[in-house]
Amino acid sequence: MDDQSSPKPAIPVTPEKYQKLTEQYTPKPTVVKNVILAFIVGGIICSIGQIIINFFISLGLARLEASTAATATMIFIGALLTGLGIYDEIGKFAGAGSIVPVTGFANSIVSPAMEFRREGYVMGVGAKLFTVAGPVLVYGIATSIVVGFAYYLLH
Amino acid sequence: MFDMIIPAFLVGGTICVIGQLLMDLTKPSFTPAHVLVSFVSGGAILGALGLYEPLIKIGGAGASIPLSGFGYSLAKGAMEAVEKRGIMGAFSGGVEATAVGIAAAVFFGYLMSVTFKPKG
Repeated sequence: MDDQSSPKPAIPVTPEKYQKLTEQYTPKPTVVKNVILAFIVGGIICSIGQIIINFFISLGLARLEASTAATATMIFIGALLTGLGIYDEIGKFAGAGSIVPVTGFANSIVSPAMEFRREGYVMGVGAKLFTVAGPVLVYGIATSIVVGFAYYLLH
Repeated sequence: MFDMIIPAFLVGGTICVIGQLLMDLTKPSFTPAHVLVSFVSGGAILGALGLYEPLIKIGGAGASIPLSGFGYSLAKGAMEAVEKRGIMGAFSGGVEATAVGIAAAVFFGYLMSVTFKPKG
């Protein structure tokens, strides 16, 4: 009884020592570093998008058309780089800088679909394409319909 | 050719920082999927309130390439379609305005998924 209520420490670690060890093994706060990397990588990806927009405008497309075409091109690039295994290498250090741009959306589509191909072309590739894209479309389209309703009622 | 590149860098970088802070400060509840979903819905709501349009004007691709820009296009499409077609437009407008992006994501996503093998 007495042994169970106050067990002797199995390893000779004092609370002070434990505190020190915890500090030693806890990863240092990396928020600042993460934020800087996200800013730089996200900024670069958007700059590439802008160069593509400018390219389509120089071909004679209107600004909105050029922007749409650039988004599709960025989706292509993101999907290709994911297939080649390059995008995930960028993602390891870029965090949200590689997630938030539309290339990250493409990455979220290709990554699970490629991984689950052995489960077949229907329930593997076909279904897993929408692991993240599904929720994005559900919430995005639903929000746009609510917005449309609200706009209808207010005008 | 090099028009708007610096604004795109600054606005795009800042939007990505918001996503990074969302993930880092709410660890581990906020996954990349949560970031994408909240950016799409957030962009749509900001678009509806007329707050995203100025970002597109200032930042170009810096505002349109992040997924919040996809949300903005959805909301803008829905509102414009309501102007033209009334209540049916609320259903058709968003998907119509973003059809190229959705179709590209499905098509290129499928193509790459069946072409390449995962590493490791």
